[in-house]
Amino acid sequence: MGWQLVRGWTLLVYLFMFLPVAVVVLLSFNASQFGNFPMTGFSFRWFVELAGNDAILRAFRTSVILGALTAVISTTLGVLASLALVRYNVAGRNLISTFLIAPILVPEVVLAVALLLFLNALSINKSFLLLLMGHVIFTLPFVILVVQARLVGIRRDYEEAAISLGANPVQAFFQITLPLLAPAVFAGMLFAFTISFDDITGTLFWKPGGVETVPTQIFAMLRNSISPEINALGTVMILLTVGLPLLGMAVARRMAMQRGK
Amino acid sequence: MSAVNLSNIVKRFGAVTAVHRMSMEIPDGSFVTLLGPSGCGKTTTLRMIAGLLDPSEGDITIRGKRVNDVPIHKRNLGLVFQNYALFPHKTVAENVAFGLKYRDVSRADMDKKVKSALDLVQLPQVGSRYPRELSGGQQQRIALARAIVIEPDVLLLDEPLSALDANLREDMRVELKRIQHQIGVTTVFVTHDQSEALAMSDRLVVMSNGRVEQVGTPEDVYNTPASEFVARFLGTSNILDARCTGLDQTTARLAVAGIGDVEVPREKTPHLDGEGAAKFVLRAEKLIVVAGDAPTDERVSLEGVVEAVDYQGQAARYFLRSGDVRFQAINMIDERPFGEGQTVSLRFRPRDCAALPEKTR
Repeated sequence: MGWQLVRGWTLLVYLFMFLPVAVVVLLSFNASQFGNFPMTGFSFRWFVELAGNDAILRAFRTSVILGALTAVISTTLGVLASLALVRYNVAGRNLISTFLIAPILVPEVVLAVALLLFLNALSINKSFLLLLMGHVIFTLPFVILVVQARLVGIRRDYEEAAISLGANPVQAFFQITLPLLAPAVFAGMLFAFTISFDDITGTLFWKPGGVETVPTQIFAMLRNSISPEINALGTVMILLTVGLPLLGMAVARRMAMQRGK
Repeated sequence: MSAVNLSNIVKRFGAVTAVHRMSMEIPDGSFVTLLGPSGCGKTTTLRMIAGLLDPSEGDITIRGKRVNDVPIHKRNLGLVFQNYALFPHKTVAENVAFGLKYRDVSRADMDKKVKSALDLVQLPQVGSRYPRELSGGQQQRIALARAIVIEPDVLLLDEPLSALDANLREDMRVELKRIQHQIGVTTVFVTHDQSEALAMSDRLVVMSNGRVEQVGTPEDVYNTPASEFVARFLGTSNILDARCTGLDQTTARLAVAGIGDVEVPREKTPHLDGEGAAKFVLRAEKLIVVAGDAPTDERVSLEGVVEAVDYQGQAARYFLRSGDVRFQAINMIDERPFGEGQTVSLRFRPRDCAALPEKTR
């Protein structure tokens, strides 16, 4: 009897979490003019309109470029920082580590305003570069956490064996450390991309006039009316942000299995 | 020419001195073992030769060339680790070929060398497999193949057998020695296992607390320990307080507590340099326990009682008391071991004993 109640309750929790998402997906296939129930028929009409909406396409392109650049820069910096923190005896290692992780702990709004004020004080204007910088700052901790955890698990013996055999430290890194680190690098990159792709708070503060990312574009569209196009866009976003990490995890697991670890 | 020469090496980690001033010469083609308990500085010394650590003071030369400032990847050394450290994402053949990629070796030569290295370690057919598909012993052989295929000036082995289980370890011990003989590479071996050290080495370097206690052949070190530490570390010994009362060309006369006067041949006391306080060393397997009523013979004889017996199959270890002195004896068992509480006679020959000065260093 007690277990039945627990089961029922669990079901309700899941419904509460996922029903809204399901509704968005469902309504995106609604043939009706209006984005709400009852559904009048099944149609891809809103997806077609979405594909014809210049503003959204532009926002989409911006988001993908921003996300990809964020992922690449954040991962590069994250791997380098992790290497320094784990493999070398850097003075003030703990302090540096804390500072690098800190952006996760600071509320995003505070971070957003702080960066804006800082650049204002230096009289630098808002730009795409600034936006990118912001995204790198708050995706970096995730990359560092993932990469560091894996790097700690890779014994130094491997690198020492490689250099004893004649590889210089750079060759040893690319031949041995990086391949062993690859699953974490890949995961970190995906994290960075999806976090950047999803972000709205920081982006609203940092984006220069006229530049919209997908989240800010949706936000702007919602202010006028709730168009069924937004449901279609929502569905695409869900596919991307849920599908990409799942795909990434699958690839990472396969890679890890091949590497025998 | 010595393959490796350490002169006045010191290694400090902050305020801690891991290796005190140490000099050592390793002859070309020899198998030298650094032996000692954990924390004695043996691995630190090996890592300094390898270039993984920089000495705080002193010079290291390899084949007459000072290598203090030569980075490890230019030293041409073969390094084998306790945990094999095979690259998990590369096949066995790729692992073995790794070092050849950084040397001037043609593709065809590379294959040939990899093949002959795998033959040498008696694993010719595993080239296409991944390290995780091999057993621990096989992985260690591959690690060895990878280290020797580059024809290193010196082969450095850091406790390579300690991750293997007991039977395999003894097989690998013989195997390793055979391979070393066959290719004649100068080898520095680090271990805390005395039986490995005694069985494999041409020369033993016993270390303790960052200092060299004794250097010598396994027999020298075992039979004539230079310090109480060495006597205690290798095998089981009875070490008794004594006074040297006379010393001449052939014998050293000792007054040993609980035993009386014993005359030990001079060649068993090379470290004794005068009269005075000394230590008398009697190996547990040189102290023979016989029945209490056995006829006397040319050996020194003591009355004793068995306090405890540790049965080991072919041998037994006896904990004995004679007067107020305790002894240990490890004897082969003839028929049946002596029992607890039995009155026995303890016999030993003075020429099987050794003596040390009271304080060494």
